[in-house]
Amino acid sequence: MPDHLPPVPPPTAPAVPPHGRRPDDAELIRDPLVEVQGLAKYFDVSKPFLNRVFEGAPRRLLRAVDGVDIKIPRGETFSLVGESGCGKSTVARTIVGLYRPSRGTVMFEGTDLATLTRRAARMPFHRRVQMIFQDPFASLNPRWRVLDIIAEPIRAHRLAKSAQEVRERVAELLTQVKLTARDGEKFPHEFSGGQRQRISIARALASNPDFLVCDEPTSALDVSVQAQILNLMKDLQRELGLTYLFISHNLAAVYHVSDWVGVMYLGRVVEWGAKRTVFSTPRHPYTRMLLDTIPDITMSGRERMPVGGEVPNPIDPPPGCPFHPRCPHANERCVAELPASKVSEQGSHVACHGVEEGRIPTHAAPGAKVGLGKG
Amino acid sequence: MALLEVDNLRVEFPTRRGTLVAVDDVSFAIDEGEVLGVVGESGAGKSLTGTAIIGLLEPPGRVAGGEIRLEGKRIDKLPPDQMRRIRGAKIGAIFQDPLTSLNPLYRIGTQIVETVLTHTDLTPTKARMRALELLKEVGIPAAEHRIDHYPHQLSGGMRQRVVIALALCANPRLIIADEPTTALDVSIQAQILALLRRLGRDHGTAVMLVTHDMGVIAETAHRVAVMYAGRIAEIGAVRQVVGRPRHPYTVGLMGSIPAVGRDQERLTQIDGAMPRLTDIPRGCAFNPRCPHAFDRCFADRPDPIAMADGKVACWRFDQAEAAAEVGHA
Ligand SMILES: Nc1ncnc2c1ncn2[C@@H]1O[C@H](COP(=O)(O)OP(=O)(O)OP(=O)(O)O)[C@@H](O)[C@H]1O
Ligand SMILES: Nc1ncnc2c1ncn2[C@@H]1O[C@H](COP(=O)(O)OP(=O)(O)OP(=O)(O)O)[C@@H](O)[C@H]1O
Ligand code: SF4
Ligand SMILES: [Mg+2]
Ligand SMILES: [Mg+2]
Repeated sequence: MPDHLPPVPPPTAPAVPPHGRRPDDAELIRDPLVEVQGLAKYFDVSKPFLNRVFEGAPRRLLRAVDGVDIKIPRGETFSLVGESGCGKSTVARTIVGLYRPSRGTVMFEGTDLATLTRRAARMPFHRRVQMIFQDPFASLNPRWRVLDIIAEPIRAHRLAKSAQEVRERVAELLTQVKLTARDGEKFPHEFSGGQRQRISIARALASNPDFLVCDEPTSALDVSVQAQILNLMKDLQRELGLTYLFISHNLAAVYHVSDWVGVMYLGRVVEWGAKRTVFSTPRHPYTRMLLDTIPDITMSGRERMPVGGEVPNPIDPPPGCPFHPRCPHANERCVAELPASKVSEQGSHVACHGVEEGRIPTHAAPGAKVGLGKG
Repeated sequence: MALLEVDNLRVEFPTRRGTLVAVDDVSFAIDEGEVLGVVGESGAGKSLTGTAIIGLLEPPGRVAGGEIRLEGKRIDKLPPDQMRRIRGAKIGAIFQDPLTSLNPLYRIGTQIVETVLTHTDLTPTKARMRALELLKEVGIPAAEHRIDHYPHQLSGGMRQRVVIALALCANPRLIIADEPTTALDVSIQAQILALLRRLGRDHGTAVMLVTHDMGVIAETAHRVAVMYAGRIAEIGAVRQVVGRPRHPYTVGLMGSIPAVGRDQERLTQIDGAMPRLTDIPRGCAFNPRCPHAFDRCFADRPDPIAMADGKVACWRFDQAEAAAEVGHA
């Protein structure tokens, strides 16, 4: 196991901010609802024991998440972005308690989840924290009627006094996600992909959670229903003070819903900060490449610039900065030493030697060309 | 002759409360090497159209009318075993739900190798090489390791790519791809789309690409069909439909797309919802939400009207209006 993780950012601001600098983004978060420190999750993906004995195959650990520090303020939306396989879903599942961290802590309202060992202690947490899964189909029991699927959390947490009240609440939830009360009588297979995704959103909302983890909640939705769901999420946040962890590869949707954005690369958060800061002045070379891939529907037929270079492998991660094999700014230090997360002039947190050494100039975001500031 | 021809397709579900018509009088064709994008409201019938073509409608759902022809031969009335062979060898399907295509109990490599062995005459060793090559082609990093993983050990986006590899492994003539890139980040998405385009260019493979992502459509499709309430609302060249949409639903659809840098408290949404299949209104199905609806829209259902560069099922484009439009173009 690597013994050098990026240090936890100091709770106070670094000494003497340059004149006129905005307060560092994390300073703005005084009372986070969720705080993740040094989080790591490793999976054992070794071949079966006998193969290892006979073929001499080694033990293999897959470092899905390897040192993540983030804070999610109450009533706001934090988004995680990054390429497929970088560990977003694993962070999400660990935060909601589906995976036990290999290292590090997840605190919910200041309580370390690892200390909630008794079932009685976990129940309120389970009511308050809900997750919308990336595979909406797999998470709906095909033999249950939609009514029972959505009513399950209401019954489990005794949130309704009578069967009548349960039905009314389910009908209300179905209407909220633009389905109808009558749809409660049907089975999941009778719905289209987008309709099933909305059923899982309704179920997640059923227990009146405070914190909702949404893993690609709108990926199977057409844009007009997506707009309705994103608007609904914002309305609920305004009315009920919900806090969201939002995961999506759709950067435009992320821009629309988030207050904060974290960019993940190979199990680490390489940059995070206020949404506007990260989108308008991205500092980490990976963030810049990622923003460069934003599709533009006005340019029919254009081929986008994919992030070049070999996609890394969490079973055998490169030494030093995990991004160095694909980074145009990499030098010897990058190859050898893992960069720690530092506060940039813009107030975002960036883990990059190049940025820290001032080798990588700040320049306008590629996002600017798609109309930053136009609205 | 187009590679795939769909004429007046109708898909029904008999239920206790009467018959639901989920796909109603849908016609389109896809040429060799062509990518037809299919977009539209959730529940519009996009997936069912695809499922009907590959003959996998689940009973009680059934094709109740129309014809589907592949390379000129009807395939909508074939016995199940013949259809199964066509599905493996000539039509590759990528389903909206990647998990249904993967067996959780087998390593992904085993599943691809099995499929290659069934549909080609490669030896097991060659088949495994082919599987590895496909995994690399769809952008699975460290494919040599991953080939021995089980589906649950992969991320959502990796599973989606394995399903794509499965659909491609027999070199099909037609690929039906239902939301193939929803769980993928933009750069992998670009790689997959480039792969689909390349198959079209180099092997003449035709693609029916169902997606809600207009960026994907703009970049990949040659033509686009827009579906609403089981029918085609508009079909035409991608530049026309995305750049100068004509059907009021398409116009609304284009307006709901969020953009980076555009700060809006709320996204524009088309007010109201698509009608349920049980209560599709008389006349044009879009009339309750349409800002332009006039008398005729509440009385008669518009059929797709041929225009200079496609078809539009909207009464505003009938005769006089259509003539004016053609004059403009
Ligand atoms: N249960 C598991 N066992 C072994 N490896 C796993 C498991 N779950 C995830 N992984 C691995 O952890 C890494 C991160 O996966 P994760 O699902 O968190 O990615 P992600 O960022 O959500 O990707 P995507 O955008 O494709 O959903 C991947 O390499 C994946 O193969
Ligand atoms: N087995 C079934 N029984 C009854 N109705 C069904 C069944 N399968 C699908 N439907 C209905 O048919 C309609 C079309 O479904 P389809 O899956 O084709 O939609 P879609 O256009 O692919 O939508 P999405 O974008 O949400 O995936 C939906 O209203 C759905 O509820
Ligand atoms: S630390 Fe070095 S290799 Fe890593 S992103 Fe910064 S400049 Fe590139
Ligand atoms: Mg994921
Ligand atoms: Mg569908």
